[in-house]
Amino acid sequence: MWGIRWQPLNVADWSNWQHDMDRFFERFAGGGALRRFAQAAFPALNLWEDSDRLCVEAELPGFELDDLEIVVTGGKRLTLKGTRKQAAVTGGVWHRQERNFGSFERTLELPHDVDAERVSAEFKLGVLTITLPKREESKPRRIAVKIS
Amino acid sequence: MANTLKKNTPSCSAPEAQVMKGAVTYSPRFDIWEDDDELVLYGDLPGVESGDLNIHFEQGDLKIYGKVAPRNANVELLYGEYGIGDFHRSFSVSEAIDSEKIAAELKNGVLTVHLPKREAVKPRRIEVTS
Repeated sequence: MWGIRWQPLNVADWSNWQHDMDRFFERFAGGGALRRFAQAAFPALNLWEDSDRLCVEAELPGFELDDLEIVVTGGKRLTLKGTRKQAAVTGGVWHRQERNFGSFERTLELPHDVDAERVSAEFKLGVLTITLPKREESKPRRIAVKIS
Repeated sequence: MANTLKKNTPSCSAPEAQVMKGAVTYSPRFDIWEDDDELVLYGDLPGVESGDLNIHFEQGDLKIYGKVAPRNANVELLYGEYGIGDFHRSFSVSEAIDSEKIAAELKNGVLTVHLPKREAVKPRRIEVTS
């Protein structure tokens, strides 16, 4: 009897993916423009802020909103979890399989305390955007200097 | 310095002014599957609207071009782990494809392209009569 062991997608697979993309980016950008994109775990994240909120964006094509979980712990830790399922096909042959499937989990320490109650997310065209309003005490404050 | 941060529109995903940065094009990842009737391509093209997708098939060359609307182009990223740009990829298809019947759909950032084979090249089961 042949034992067939199904290997779920693990972190190493995603890392390889990132590695491949890295090499691609470098080649494409001539090693210059995109060097600043440091690679870590999956999914790759972009994070920016304005005075009221932090914004986190991830490209998650093929995920369903129901398969994504966003958790804010302690006001400063963001965890993303998700599963991407492969389209079911019967018979036939795969000529090329470059896309990865399975589950991921990534945790990020945020640079500001956020109001977990008011966190919102939008998932559109396979792009997830999370809006994390800053807590009052971590917003920048202009101090009025009175001349006495 | 902190209070020089830009005041944005109500949410992070609100549309921004169009900013054309140096055009960077990415090669999207694809899976290709084939059975007796068709070839099916699945590609990851996050951020592409169906109206901004251009699929061209001519003499066995399949070209896929997806235009991505600029996102967060006006902001200074605190972490930047990926770039945003248009997607482009080409494939050579050696099978005889019925180009009239090519169909494509885009859902949640995944493109599915169906390339039905011409009747003449589909395998046919020959009935043996005695």
